[in-house]
Amino acid sequence: MALISALAARPLSLRLPRAGWVLAALLPALPILVVFAALPGTGIELWLGLWQTVLPEYLINSLLLGLGVGAGTLLLGLFSAWLVTRLDFPGRSLLAGLFLLPLALPAYILAYTYTGLLAPEGWLQTGLRELLGTRGALWPDIRSLPGAILIFSLGFYPYVYLLAREALRAPHQGFEEAARTLGQRGWRLFLAVRLPLIRPALFAGVMLALMETMADYGAVYHFGVPTFTTGILRTWHGLGDVQGAMALAAVLAAVTMTLFVLELRARGRARFDYGRHARPILPRRLSRGQALAAWLAGGVIVTLGFGAPLLQLGLWALPRIEQVLAPDFQRLLIHSLLLALGAAGLITALALLLALGVRRHPSPLRHSLYRLAGLGYAVPGMVIALGLMIPLGQFDRWLNAQGIVSGLLFSGGLLALLWAYLSRFLALGQQGVESGLATLRPSLTESARLLGLSPWRSAIQVHLPLLRGSLITVLILAFVETLKELPATLVLRPFNFNTLAVRAHELASDERLADAALPALCIVLLSLPAVILLARLNGRAGLRDAHPLT
Amino acid sequence: MTSKRVLATLCATLLSAVSAQSAEVNVYSGRGEALIKPLLDTFSKETGIKVNLVSGKDDALIERLKAEGAQSPADVLMTADAGRLHRAKAAGLLQAVDSPTLNAAIPAAYRDPGNQWFGLTLRARVIVYAPERVKREELSTYEGLADPSWKGRVCMRSSDSIYNQSLTAALIAHDGEAATLDWAKGVVANLARPPKGGDRDQIKAIAAGECDVSLVNTYYLAGMQNAEEPAEREAAAKVAVFWPNQKDRGAHVNVSGAGITAAAKNVAEARKLLEFLVSDEAQRWYAEVNQEYPVKAGIAISPTLRTMGAFKADALPLARLGELNAQAVRLLDRAGWR
Repeated sequence: MALISALAARPLSLRLPRAGWVLAALLPALPILVVFAALPGTGIELWLGLWQTVLPEYLINSLLLGLGVGAGTLLLGLFSAWLVTRLDFPGRSLLAGLFLLPLALPAYILAYTYTGLLAPEGWLQTGLRELLGTRGALWPDIRSLPGAILIFSLGFYPYVYLLAREALRAPHQGFEEAARTLGQRGWRLFLAVRLPLIRPALFAGVMLALMETMADYGAVYHFGVPTFTTGILRTWHGLGDVQGAMALAAVLAAVTMTLFVLELRARGRARFDYGRHARPILPRRLSRGQALAAWLAGGVIVTLGFGAPLLQLGLWALPRIEQVLAPDFQRLLIHSLLLALGAAGLITALALLLALGVRRHPSPLRHSLYRLAGLGYAVPGMVIALGLMIPLGQFDRWLNAQGIVSGLLFSGGLLALLWAYLSRFLALGQQGVESGLATLRPSLTESARLLGLSPWRSAIQVHLPLLRGSLITVLILAFVETLKELPATLVLRPFNFNTLAVRAHELASDERLADAALPALCIVLLSLPAVILLARLNGRAGLRDAHPLT
Repeated sequence: MTSKRVLATLCATLLSAVSAQSAEVNVYSGRGEALIKPLLDTFSKETGIKVNLVSGKDDALIERLKAEGAQSPADVLMTADAGRLHRAKAAGLLQAVDSPTLNAAIPAAYRDPGNQWFGLTLRARVIVYAPERVKREELSTYEGLADPSWKGRVCMRSSDSIYNQSLTAALIAHDGEAATLDWAKGVVANLARPPKGGDRDQIKAIAAGECDVSLVNTYYLAGMQNAEEPAEREAAAKVAVFWPNQKDRGAHVNVSGAGITAAAKNVAEARKLLEFLVSDEAQRWYAEVNQEYPVKAGIAISPTLRTMGAFKADALPLARLGELNAQAVRLLDRAGWR
């Protein structure tokens, strides 16, 4: 009985005009293509100048940051996923939900709050110094490369956690029993059997974390850790060289693309089919002491990633809490909410459409286009905005020149903003939809078709209900991300249109952290219901441990 | 019928609505909403001209202006420093304004020689120090901070900050590139810690004893002195201000300013807005609420700013800062000032 069969992905039969698919993939790819187009026009002078001075440091910092965050998110994500899938203890599903909470905090807010909490000039050290009567720093500064690694790991591990948890829940029991019979134990069992099974999920999660890390500017700027992104924005703002900035961003995007290709190669065409008699793995029941230890370990992660920063935000925001009632502030809430909902819907729909297209016609061209469409996740939002602004502006000017409209049609409206979110966050949707599609057994499609359902009907009646969980997950992740998004919102939004993230940023960049805390806290509170929903959704599935497809 | 109307409304929301309101003026502002909105509201109340605002990063808004070209809805570009206004002018995004009111209110050094942009508020970059550990006689000039006697005692913000970039540009203008590079290297050698945080963080670092001197903008210190949080006020109380280069050219200053865009459709309203922003009333607001120095002579400054004392400002035309900004950034890169 061959448990692992290298099946060619059997397409979900959904017919979509080829040109339509390509057009849909090019939509989010547009800003990235504009960014890539800047590459040839960049003089060697810029590169040489950067290389001789700061580029080596940027590269080393980015590399170390990437390695650190990769390891950190992998460790935290895998550990937390293992804790709540393989072990059974009282409150397990509660902890499973708590692990998601850091999703609600933007990295730059995490950076600001940890500075307020831990920096030598923060209240904690100031208080301790007065108590001890010393001067100078009591512990290493959080605003450093290791500090940045810690912040990003704490902020982004939920991506690994979410995907790893799904993968760990898949019915591997048969594989593991077989391996055990063959004498594999402990770590070797893990490395030989479990890891290959969950590797695609781990890679996808770590990639999301890394792409988000590379796109970050706010946190590394505040921490004084110059990375490649610092170089991009410094070239733009400091040197006034827009072309050069886009060229640098293109390099960053190209590196990301290469990573995807490498992983795809390494994974090959293997698909895992768990077989008809697959059973979920039963979690191990813990003793009371062990359960306490599990809660302690999980509690530390959640406290560091969410509890402590939330406490700091609360301390800052509390004296200003009455501002929430101002009509101006409520407009912020409504704008943020509507924008995030709209963007989440768009992202989910397009990700599903594109993923189905690749499944149906898996060709190298489609794969490349598909990945290209998601690359915006690794590109700083400000650069995405730039890459969108330029072609939309050109198109508008052309429309005006032709006398078709007068004034701007596409630039400066909400459409441009939603488009930017689509480019920036499509990768989130792709990863989620892919992992959902991966659990669909090919035989299901075949049965549906054999029973005479048309491709569209089988998609709507059979696949969509099965994908519901993944789609809701994607919706929620996209919602939360858009709510937190700053740089693109800042430059593309229409007149008199502000969001919570914009308000928080403006106050924080004016170094009024305490004033910035209230809008920041509202971002967290608005994300919370979504994150809780996500936790419940996944938690229920976990308790039943039912894989509907088996 | 109704569905058509819904569709039209949706389109107008998603695409940029071409509004046909009578008196209004559209502003792209590189300064945050909190720093200007109250003034704009006062302007609207007094003149009946509605102000529409997008606030964002200077450079991003300049690119938005470029991308929108002649169709841009923006009438006024406001930025947080003169260098950016110079950049907008060089890109052909601004137009000349011949206003006796503006010319009379704003000293020539703080506006564009071609009348394309105008400084509205002034800030100075000063030395702050810990009086417990630094004798006033040790301090003299910006240049003096490169002296080896300051080894391990200096905190600085990152050179990503426009404030440090334009200070360096000013030093290049006065001392030449070679001397400024030596200066930057000297300052880097004196750093107590790698550059990080904002201006307020430098003040807090001095208060915490991490270092003895730093450079900050006056309004950050003033903001901390008037902050609601006791911790901010306590930190601010532990540092003192020293005005550098008072015996020679004066302290480095920069402006926040504005210009009317080349694409402006509401030129008359835009001009009214700029003239309002240099009125006594607006200049007083800037001084009292934002703790900035007025560009206009004869306006009372806030009590906090008064305690910092009078000072002599560098008379270097600010357009020079914009011209030299890229050179300054490359120099700071070479000096290893992160």
